[in-house]
Amino acid sequence: MLRLMTLFALLWTLAMPVAAQEATDTSRAATGGAQTLEDILRRQEGQIIDDSFRSDITGNPDRAAPITEQLGTLGGASDPDLWRAFRYSTADISTQNRGPASTTLIQDGGMWWLLFREGPLLKMTVYLLGGTLLALALFYFVRGRIRIDGEKTGRTITRFKAFERFGHWLLASSFIILGLTGLISLIGRKVLIPTFGHDAFSFLAIGSKWVHNNVSWAFIVALVIIFVVWVVHNIPDRTDLVWLSKAGGLLGGSHPPAKKFNAGQKLIFWAVIILGGSIAVSGVSLLFPFEFHMFEHTFSTINSWGVPGWFGMADLPYPLQPQEEMQFAQLWHAIISLVLTAIILAHIYLGSVGMEGAFDAMGKGEVEEQWAREHHSIWAEEVLEAKPSKSEAT
Amino acid sequence: MKAFLFSLVALVAISVGANQLLTRLVPSSADAGTSVQNVRLSD
Repeated sequence: MLRLMTLFALLWTLAMPVAAQEATDTSRAATGGAQTLEDILRRQEGQIIDDSFRSDITGNPDRAAPITEQLGTLGGASDPDLWRAFRYSTADISTQNRGPASTTLIQDGGMWWLLFREGPLLKMTVYLLGGTLLALALFYFVRGRIRIDGEKTGRTITRFKAFERFGHWLLASSFIILGLTGLISLIGRKVLIPTFGHDAFSFLAIGSKWVHNNVSWAFIVALVIIFVVWVVHNIPDRTDLVWLSKAGGLLGGSHPPAKKFNAGQKLIFWAVIILGGSIAVSGVSLLFPFEFHMFEHTFSTINSWGVPGWFGMADLPYPLQPQEEMQFAQLWHAIISLVLTAIILAHIYLGSVGMEGAFDAMGKGEVEEQWAREHHSIWAEEVLEAKPSKSEAT
Repeated sequence: MKAFLFSLVALVAISVGANQLLTRLVPSSADAGTSVQNVRLSD
């Protein structure tokens, strides 16, 4: 009998934890109104949870304990109540800092931004830029340099005037400087500090920030010059469809006809104007912190159209805290810059080692007549009819 | 490559010029958000 009772006692003891787990009450009441295990798990999975169970508990002045009592020093609001009020921006904060973001003492979204910036964004940087360079190297080894097929004439025709080349090089040089200094800011903490140390990175970061902030104006000026000078030549037309259908000559073996700019160049032009313009606008909003509310207005408009609902998503966050506006602007600025950099890498390749005779267009402004006839046949005919080409001697 | 060299000169001129202009005309966000004056919290 004693053995039997001992066995029952052992089994009961072993079964207790299981019973306790099954009996765990995940309701709010079981936690005294605090978050539940389910809340924690949902948050860890990145799901949106209803925070009202704590965001509303930020102290009630009407129920404040007298200042003479033990809990009266905070006017009846306990420390957790006060911190919750800070967190959900409901606290009445007075500060001598008059900046727009001065009353936001705790900002939840900041952690998401930091983790995204140091994780997925860095991976995207490596994969996008590294992948583009790898693809271009593979293309070079498979296709080789695109040569001038016909016999060179020794005569040249003017491809770009001095002002066009000035605008192009101003845009190119500023973009390269902005790209390098931007990368220093983006990956510095994760890559450069472990390699060179804090002191060296501090010097580099301060310098690159100054350069990035000020060279940006040269980029904007160049963007305007390029748009004004070349927009008329970059309006899409029927010849672009033919050019694209033959992939610019990669398919079919012959050079499709093209005007001053072929369809590929037009795509790059509009990518530079649209993406470059977007980078410039988001960059200006970063240069003048908290002055612009582009993302808040955009999210509000998108929500009013019901766009998130079309994809079964919740509304985009609105209103945004001042810091959130800056965080979205920073991410947008970085991501669009990376996409444009990948496009420009392909442009640099084709304009230099990728194609014989292409660099002369921007280097000297003059191109070999045969090159012009092969790559821009319609434009070459127009130019040659209006003005004969220059001989090599001249 | 004159156009390229001119563009580099212009880049430096625009960058330094913009910096000087903004420094002189527009207060920094730090200057706009803080004061050296004694400020009462209840203001």
